[in-house]
Amino acid sequence: MAFDSWQAFIEMGGYGFYVWLAFGISFFAIAVLVINGLRARTKLQREFDKEQRRQQRLAQRKKEVS
Amino acid sequence: MWRWLHPYAKPEVVYRLLGRWLPWVAAAAALTLGAGLVWGLVFAPADYQQGDSYRIIFVHVPTAMLSMSLYVALAISALVGRVWQLKMADWALAAIAPVGATLTFISLATGAIWGKPMWGTWWEWDARLTSQLILLFLYIGVLALYHAFSDNRNGAKAAGILAMVGVINIPIIRYSVEWWNTLHQGATLTVFERPPMANSMLFPLLISILGFGLLAAALIFHRMRNEILRQELRRPWVKNEFGKELNEAERT
Repeated sequence: MAFDSWQAFIEMGGYGFYVWLAFGISFFAIAVLVINGLRARTKLQREFDKEQRRQQRLAQRKKEVS
Repeated sequence: MWRWLHPYAKPEVVYRLLGRWLPWVAAAAALTLGAGLVWGLVFAPADYQQGDSYRIIFVHVPTAMLSMSLYVALAISALVGRVWQLKMADWALAAIAPVGATLTFISLATGAIWGKPMWGTWWEWDARLTSQLILLFLYIGVLALYHAFSDNRNGAKAAGILAMVGVINIPIIRYSVEWWNTLHQGATLTVFERPPMANSMLFPLLISILGFGLLAAALIFHRMRNEILRQELRRPWVKNEFGKELNEAERT
């Protein structure tokens, strides 16, 4: 272990601001990427459901007409 | 070989294959990335010149390396898409570009943050930094062109051409530290020489590189699945695939 205490770990030998800022920004950027991908997936699912319902309505109407 | 490869060019097969691998790759990524970064942040010794500020290396170097290799992968899939008219290779552009752009952004941001205490400046218009910034713009350009056309094939064509032309930037980034006098130090890791780094720092760095590589793979797999669905949303196979998942979601 390179640090004696939590305090020393946070301070990073005086470079705490830079180290944690770098790691924070990286984590944030990757989190945005992951969430963006997951939301795209949900959006596709919703689009698919909408299309399915439309098709069902169409089929029902066809049945009613005939 | 083509007969063997042919079934893999079917969207539904690729979709299912990626889906089967995704959880394993994602788990491996979380494990290695966690191990590499904790080792680098907590257990690796401080640098005798840079103190603890050097710990930024465990994010900076893996993301910078991947930003370049992902661009090469992007250009290769663009080439395959153009030459063999393989639509799946075209779609891979949309999966790789956002991941590559994010990693490029991280390498630039962590580099700037590391540069402030070590060089005394956030940014300098020197060869390495400028060419890496151009890489970010190339990724953004590819992504923008891909989605700029109402006919997706045209978008993929335009994006693919930009991706292929942009490859010229990769050797420029790679050798910028040798060709020009720059603020940036030379490569830490080379294939044939033993790196000038203590094992206690080298091992966590290598594990972090592996971790970021697996993370990039997982993200690309996920995005590739999304892109396949987006393109094939009205095909019958999606109904089996997506509809089933829908029913399971409804039951719970």
